[in-house]
Amino acid sequence: MAHEAPFQLLHSELIHYICKTADGENGRSVTKLENMGFRVGQGLIERLTKDTARFKDELDVMKFICKDFWTCVFKKQIDNLRTNHQGIYVLQDNKFLLLSHMSAGKQYLEHAPKYLAFTCGLVRGALSNMGVKSIVTAEVSVMPACKTLNVESEMIYLTFDLGLKFLLRL
Amino acid sequence: MAVCIAVIAKENYPLYIRSVATQNELKFHYTVHTSLDVVEEKISSVGKALGDQRELYLGLLYPTEDYKMFRKLHNSFTDVMCNPFYNPGDPIQSKAFNGVVSGMMVQTG
Repeated sequence: MAHEAPFQLLHSELIHYICKTADGENGRSVTKLENMGFRVGQGLIERLTKDTARFKDELDVMKFICKDFWTCVFKKQIDNLRTNHQGIYVLQDNKFLLLSHMSAGKQYLEHAPKYLAFTCGLVRGALSNMGVKSIVTAEVSVMPACKTLNVESEMIYLTFDLGLKFLLRL
Repeated sequence: MAVCIAVIAKENYPLYIRSVATQNELKFHYTVHTSLDVVEEKISSVGKALGDQRELYLGLLYPTEDYKMFRKLHNSFTDVMCNPFYNPGDPIQSKAFNGVVSGMMVQTG
């Protein structure tokens, strides 16, 4: 992953393709993108953690995602990590790579969910292969900042509001 | 040199299991199953220890095992995971993985 542009372009094309071939069923393309991200996340995390030490606890896992994992995929670290120490984590990226070329304010906000689905799946897949069951949702209030909320729960389902909320519930 | 190699999924079922062809194959399978208990014991006791590279390996279960063997196997497993045609949770059928495992098994006549 030497440069961000190929990944950005591939990602945009992926979204375009999935949405084009799923004309009638709007909600399903977002789910498909999330599932693709899930599978990619699984493989990627195996490669990245091959030589790293065993993680002490969930917070360690989240820190790894925020630093090494995010750096590998997006060439930068997460800007802010918050938690309530009860299974909910909020990751904030103020200049999310996959949205940075779209707009610098509120324009195109309604298209953001499609662009976040793959990344949510990516995080969910990575967590899954580290033994953490989760639901990942993302929220965009002002482009290109993006917040990802992870929550641990027994049920794994993904709900998409038009309010661009992703929620992970464990 | 190994006599039996197994890869166990998170959900405790085998993704891949192979042993040298002998009459006691079933015995090896039982041993693998019971070793899961040892693995779990080691994991729960390792919780407080400092992060260390070798912890992935969990140490020798018997004195004759080899760390290099584990690394080769882990690398091979990572390659299998990254194969887009492989669904996690399916039995492993990759030829390359088979090759690596054969290289590690005891050679018998």
